Amino acid sequence: MTQPAHQPPGPADAQDAFRRLFASKIVVLDGAMGSMIQTYKLGEADFRGERFKSHPHDLQGNNDLLSITRPDVIEQIHADYFAAGADLVETNTFSSTSIGMADYQCEPFVRDINLAAVACARRAALAAEAATPGRRRFVAGAIGPLNRTLSMSPDVNRPDYRAVTWDQVVGAYTEQIEALLDGGVDALLVETIFDTLNSKAALFAIEQVFDQRGDAARVPVMISVTITDASGRTLSGQTIGAFYASIAHAQPFSVGINCALGGAAMRPYVEELSRLAGCYTTCYPNAGLPNAFGGYDESPADMAQVLGEFAANGWLNMVGGCCGSTPPHIAAIAQAVKGRAPRMLPQAARALRLSGLEPLAVA
Amino acid sequence: MSSSPANSAASTFLVIGERTNITGSPKFAKALKAGEWDACVAIARQQVESGANVIDINVDEALIDGEATMVKFLNLIAAEPEICRVPVMLDSSKWTVLEKGLQCLQGKGIVNSISLKDGEAEFLRRAKLIMRYGAAAVVMAFDEQGQAATRDEKVRICTRAYNLLTQKIGFPPEDIIFDPNILTVATGIEEHNNYAVDFFEATRLIKQTLPHAKVSGGVSNVSFSFRGNNPVREAMHTAFLYHAIREGMDMAIVNAGMLGVYQEIAPDLLEKVEDVLLNRRPDSTERLVTFADELKAKEAAEKAAGAGGPAVAAQPSAADAWRKLSVEERLSHALVKGIDQFVEADTEEARANTAKYPRPLNIIEGPLMDGMRIVGDLFGAGKMFLPQVVKSARVMKKSVAYLTPFMEEEKRLHIAGGGTAKPNGRIVMATVKGDVHDIGKNIVGVVLACNNYEVTDLGVMVPAEKILATAKEKQADVIGLSGLITPSLDEMVSVAREMTRQGFTVPLLIGGATTSPAHTAVKIAPEYAPGVIHVLDASRVVNVVSALLSADQKSKFLAETVEKQERQRTEFADRRNKRPLLPLAEARARRQTFDWSTVDIPRPEFLGTRVFATDAGHGSEVMGHGSDSATHHPSPIAHHPSAIPHPLTLDAIVEFIDWGPFFSAWELHGRYPDILTDAVVGTEATKLFADAQKLLARIVAEKRYTAKAVIAFWLANAVGDSIELYADEARSRVIGHFHHLRQQQEKPAGQFNHCLADYIAPRDSGRIDYVGGFAVTAGHGVEALAAEFKAANDDYNAIMAQALGDRLAEALAELMHKKVRDFSGYGKTENLAMKDIIREKYRGIRPAPGYPACPDHTEKPALFALLDATTATGITLTESNAMSPASSVSGLYFSHPESKYFAVGKLGKDQVADYAARKGMTVADAEKWLGPYLDY
Repeated sequence: MTQPAHQPPGPADAQDAFRRLFASKIVVLDGAMGSMIQTYKLGEADFRGERFKSHPHDLQGNNDLLSITRPDVIEQIHADYFAAGADLVETNTFSSTSIGMADYQCEPFVRDINLAAVACARRAALAAEAATPGRRRFVAGAIGPLNRTLSMSPDVNRPDYRAVTWDQVVGAYTEQIEALLDGGVDALLVETIFDTLNSKAALFAIEQVFDQRGDAARVPVMISVTITDASGRTLSGQTIGAFYASIAHAQPFSVGINCALGGAAMRPYVEELSRLAGCYTTCYPNAGLPNAFGGYDESPADMAQVLGEFAANGWLNMVGGCCGSTPPHIAAIAQAVKGRAPRMLPQAARALRLSGLEPLAVA
Repeated sequence: MSSSPANSAASTFLVIGERTNITGSPKFAKALKAGEWDACVAIARQQVESGANVIDINVDEALIDGEATMVKFLNLIAAEPEICRVPVMLDSSKWTVLEKGLQCLQGKGIVNSISLKDGEAEFLRRAKLIMRYGAAAVVMAFDEQGQAATRDEKVRICTRAYNLLTQKIGFPPEDIIFDPNILTVATGIEEHNNYAVDFFEATRLIKQTLPHAKVSGGVSNVSFSFRGNNPVREAMHTAFLYHAIREGMDMAIVNAGMLGVYQEIAPDLLEKVEDVLLNRRPDSTERLVTFADELKAKEAAEKAAGAGGPAVAAQPSAADAWRKLSVEERLSHALVKGIDQFVEADTEEARANTAKYPRPLNIIEGPLMDGMRIVGDLFGAGKMFLPQVVKSARVMKKSVAYLTPFMEEEKRLHIAGGGTAKPNGRIVMATVKGDVHDIGKNIVGVVLACNNYEVTDLGVMVPAEKILATAKEKQADVIGLSGLITPSLDEMVSVAREMTRQGFTVPLLIGGATTSPAHTAVKIAPEYAPGVIHVLDASRVVNVVSALLSADQKSKFLAETVEKQERQRTEFADRRNKRPLLPLAEARARRQTFDWSTVDIPRPEFLGTRVFATDAGHGSEVMGHGSDSATHHPSPIAHHPSAIPHPLTLDAIVEFIDWGPFFSAWELHGRYPDILTDAVVGTEATKLFADAQKLLARIVAEKRYTAKAVIAFWLANAVGDSIELYADEARSRVIGHFHHLRQQQEKPAGQFNHCLADYIAPRDSGRIDYVGGFAVTAGHGVEALAAEFKAANDDYNAIMAQALGDRLAEALAELMHKKVRDFSGYGKTENLAMKDIIREKYRGIRPAPGYPACPDHTEKPALFALLDATTATGITLTESNAMSPASSVSGLYFSHPESKYFAVGKLGKDQVADYAARKGMTVADAEKWLGPYLDY
């Protein structure tokens, strides 16, 4: 088994520091990984490296694999985000589950991919800490969505059919979570949630692993949902209020919104979530909607303006970028929220909060 | 008919649909067993459509694979958004079925159920998994020994379960839903007779002693003895829920189709049902069984007799079947439903029956008051809503108006006969001096008049002397004061003081939007010992007045009020001691600061004033006398009061109406447009809205209201907490000031102590800034129209006319704000939909003097002078600085991108002194105007 890449400081100390960070400021998360990797114009050989030279399937596009085959690139991207002002970066593990890796026949390497990804991020964090003494930098283990969902059928003629089972999803996430924790992440970030049931399976797996490992193994669990369009709902049909009711049992450290939309389009949902959530709230939008060429048009100033305004409204505890954002975006965002007071946690009244696609509270 | 149980607590009560429960619905069972999935899904959809808040799903059947069936059904309904918008209650006696179900729910559902039946370890294991899956749990009152039947057993087991769950595994108490077992009564076995009572009492104790826990149950069980007799079962369910909800039951699994309205259960049936449920007599079971058999036999006979049978009052076949009822019932129906179409004919029919009603007054005191009492009771219980009550009042007034000539004739004939209706009591009410708002007071007056109180309404801006003189003259039993603006609060204190001085002993009622129980207790009540009562809204006023005028209840009611007010005074004092304000200097240091070198300061297209008006031939009114305020004019450009006003149309203003507050004015609460489909008030809100649209269309078509507006931009800089206005860019001459107040309460680190002046570039920033001002009114014509309606005894439309005036004035303010943003440039590209404009999603704010961000009403005279507002718009200021006509709005415009609304809140003595100095008024004067905001 690969050893955790960093020994001191211990997890308890890191967690304290992590909590202090959120209490003291609006935290800055990094930006997109994929669009940064694209700028390196890597080829099939880069993706394969030595280790996967004779792998039976094409590997170009399996970005998560680069943590093993081009760790220099991944570490540099993390370093660029830290230099831009990020307090926290996400590991390059968006698809690093056995279900996500099946497309490349890379299921056997899931654990190694996750461990390598944490190591890349941690090296960059330690380097950044050395460059700016006194300022802590953190690593969140990114747990992305799956290409198979538990609450929707891929076959319109068989609405009751599901392409995957609960146990398979919990199993896949458990493998990733164990590796991320073994690698030494400071937090887990279940993100880009478009099917709440999948995320509930991930949260179930997290709690199960924590329960097995004991309380000392617990790290903050961050959650971020994707509102897919102007309907204000997740792909699986829930409103933001219903979503929050559905995941609040996990007692998340934070809950937020990312991906799919630019910040301006997220405004009402961010506002509502900030009113609802009893935990910290986060927002890392795309740099606008994709344009005709699949690129993103919002400038660093555009994103900074919107997120700066959300921050000024007292809606947020963490900001960052998703698809299309770059280190200059993060630098502008960091500047926009600098010195702004983080959102105060509201004192939510105790109520039975149920949900279907819509919330239902009983005081 | 609403499917919610007949109780005012029903608004928060959850109906859990049981039709997708195989044990509760033969139809669902049949479809499920036959594999007719479409039919199963249709039943689920019908449940939600008929109002179930949650659907219970149970597929427990010996011949069915429970796990696979549960998963398949849940997956199927997951594809039906109109079904899966509501939460699911997974219902099974098998844990494995429940767990499979949990793996299919993206929302947060409820597991029904777990219990201590299988021991503590298994109970906690399951509970822990439920937490991890993210669901709430129904916990049955069941333990290793079996099912709890008595009150004490139920409470003991639930308490044990609660403690285990919350203390051993940290289960959230709000996610625990106890089912204390609804067991069948009237079985003929004596031990079963108290089962319903046991449930009611257990529910009360659980809700009292186990914080945040909820109570649920399956109601159909209670009536199993009467299977096959649906009228009796329905009555039992309805009455059971009525009592259970009163004890705190939060939700129930019911067949929504088998629920009635408690008040509509036939009294003889209800008595026997409640005898059984409440275990009131030893022979209650036999009596209900006998009665049920008779009922069934009667039904069968009626069916056999066909249409020849007697009319069944409770089930009219057509909408106008009520026309066939007796004249008394017709009058009552017309009052309750607010139908005025036939009321004169019906009144005449009753009057013509001089054998029954020798005097016209007998009709008022008899059927009319009976009807209004029903209205009052339904209103008090939250089962009728204000617009309905006002419509009922319209019917009542029409009937009384019809009878009046007959009564006068009678009086003339019996000169000494004393033929007036003796009222329940006399009330003198008024909007106090300086205040012109009276919609709320009018509503209170109508409601009281409907309840046979003699109401003398002195109108608006009534000085204390007149109120008290009238009260003496009329021998008033109660005096009522109303007010909307904050200075009215002080005026009310003066009236109370004056009442003490003159030796009054009758109770004083306080109402109106700015009044509060706290202010009444702290400021008014100490001035007048005989009793000062704050009345929250029109729905409370009849109860309060009747208690005050009842010999039995008065002293108790007053004692309770005094005690409550004493408590409020103590709380107020404690609160004040707890949170000291920041010294003014410190609050100023914590202001929001901006890098003024980068702030976007748009230059408006013009400086000075600009006047707007709708036509209707009133355009010329703005010309003429403006000369006495000419010296205050901000700039030479503004000095053209004789200019033709820019055109406005009512149509354009209507588009900017924010309907939300319209419903609040009628005491219907909810967000527009959701309120139109609200489960509780939706129907009434929709009707009200339709009536409003009708009258509004008439107002617009006939140009009944004239709208006028004046806006202005001035060169400005902030100097401290004040804004200085200049005649020119060189700032050579100061033409006026707007003085502002700053928040002084201590705030968490990183938050600011706001003051409006912070949004204007300070003089020492080196940049010139701009501030805008406005005064608008839609009020010309409002009172005339309201008076027309009042003269026709149509208070409903009179109040509607005023409410629409207010909405149009606010809409006009919104419309002018849009123009102001366009004049400033940035509005032209803001690209906002109308609903976002109404939700104020644009850049900039328009705070109004007298409102939370600038609470001092004395800023209005300065603003009016600078705008020459009275000349331009016809709005005048009263001595309390209220605007007349009432449907008017005035304020300032700020364009700073970060400007936002805030409440100044409490003020320290240091700031009041500083403010008084800035304004050139005495500290005592400032304290008088800022009274409600003083922290000392």
